[in-house]
Amino acid sequence: MAFLTLNNITFAYPNGFTAVENVNMSFEKGEAVAIVGQNGAGKTTTVKLINGLLKPTEGDVVIDGWNTKDYTTAQISRKVGYVFQNPDDQIFNSTVYKEIEFGPKQQGLSPEVVKDLVLKAAELVGVTKFLEENPYDLPYSLRKMVTIAAVIAMNTDVIILDEPTAGQDYPTMIRLGEIIKHLIQQGKTVITITHDMEFVVNNFEHVIVMANKRKIADGNKRDIFWDLETLEKSMLKQPHISGLSNSLKFGNQVLTIEEMVEELKDAKKSGHVQKDNYGVVV
Amino acid sequence: MSYIEMKGISYKYPVGDGKVLKDVNLSLEKGKVYALIGANGSGKTTICNLIRGFIPHFFKGDLDGEMLIEGKDIREWEMGDLAQKMGYIFQNPFTQISGTKDTVFEEIAFGLENLRVEVPVIKERVTEIIKLFGLEPLQNKDPQQLSGGQRQRVSLASVMVMDPEILIIDEPTSQLDPQATEEVFKIINIMKQKGKTIILVEHKIELIAEYADWVILVEDGKVVMEGKTKDILSDIKTVNHGVMLPQYALLGYEMRKTGRLNEIPITESEAITVFNNWIVGKEE
Repeated sequence: MAFLTLNNITFAYPNGFTAVENVNMSFEKGEAVAIVGQNGAGKTTTVKLINGLLKPTEGDVVIDGWNTKDYTTAQISRKVGYVFQNPDDQIFNSTVYKEIEFGPKQQGLSPEVVKDLVLKAAELVGVTKFLEENPYDLPYSLRKMVTIAAVIAMNTDVIILDEPTAGQDYPTMIRLGEIIKHLIQQGKTVITITHDMEFVVNNFEHVIVMANKRKIADGNKRDIFWDLETLEKSMLKQPHISGLSNSLKFGNQVLTIEEMVEELKDAKKSGHVQKDNYGVVV
Repeated sequence: MSYIEMKGISYKYPVGDGKVLKDVNLSLEKGKVYALIGANGSGKTTICNLIRGFIPHFFKGDLDGEMLIEGKDIREWEMGDLAQKMGYIFQNPFTQISGTKDTVFEEIAFGLENLRVEVPVIKERVTEIIKLFGLEPLQNKDPQQLSGGQRQRVSLASVMVMDPEILIIDEPTSQLDPQATEEVFKIINIMKQKGKTIILVEHKIELIAEYADWVILVEDGKVVMEGKTKDILSDIKTVNHGVMLPQYALLGYEMRKTGRLNEIPITESEAITVFNNWIVGKEE
């Protein structure tokens, strides 16, 4: 059985609003999974069900043999770490160091171990030089990195990143990719919600698409990003290079620049454009 | 005379160490879309704060050099006059909505009400903007019940209804999904058609390639590259300054490794033309 499973999950908020309906998902240990879909599709509610912030109205979430219904959110937080979408919903300490230290400190670890976890997490996300600063003196993008470090320092098996790419610049996008890779190598399961399709292509294999409270697709990124019907249903677009390949009427489900180079070379050899009578600008 | 001009601008915030802007020289014309790009912390938002007069009127600090709007130094402008000339759209649409209005229509009317514009005029202008931006389906909704993308469009409408000459838009889509992002850019394009001068901070480089006339690349408080969008976003030197080129341009550079390619495309439509021509031997 998979390390983490969602079995027929439905969740309705106390006011009666159903945010997630009949969702099944499974995640392996050491796997990076991207969840994509429009705002309001149910992505954040789904991941809050995984870390026990919410408990399903129907169905079960089982993490490494634990059914979340039988455990408190505090207990589950030792297995699943969740980085909030908005860092300001998460940060409450007066220095970056204290913010990152808070989680592991609650786990009753020795001061030396806590310090080691804090410094390593800070180094990994690149906030070491801001450790003594107040998190609220840092810009949004760095505050987000502080919250990621705070969750990494808790050393949980599952780490959920809710829109880590929002508002991030190019160097930070590269770093986020490296962070995910590092966590996977340590055997962590990393679940990431994002709107950036290039980020998905570059850093994930397994992609889940949500739309209108439900999971509508789940599989390899190549199948997902060439399932045009699903993309349309979920108001998503292909990654730019795939979209170009589609516009040029190429086959072979291109995802990356390297693949596109090969497609173009083949097309030149076989005279693709004339054959297809595609509008050539003279 | 330039519309907006910076001559040898250096600036240091009252707190924090070091200059955040270092000898910035810029000259902006009326009616164009300028994209400010660069890594976080490079000085983009500070440039926005300077143009809208928050520096030096609200943020004191040390300002050197000349910052001119229509030839008049920013220090001599009244903030009230600047506020009428310029609209500012926040990164976070949840910050912009007033929270005091029951409907989107009233929300968009809020700024005009504060200026004591006559009610029939307010109604006319709000109705016009709602139509222009296609917000009819939202106009009777509670602003607090809108999605992030809807809120951002309402924010743009409530700024645009004031009819500012200059719009400063700081990362309008960073919290939005792809569909909402596209809708916001359609609206920015409408503003451009109306002849507004737009200063846009945005990380999504493919969108800048599509919509901006001129790109200003900032790094560590300095303008390191500046020029027509096509020239800057097809120049591989850009990547040395913390900004990635559009995917289409990166593909162009990869193709150059395999043979000749005259033009580096930066948008999808350019890429379709360039690569179709390349396939039939017209780009070599």
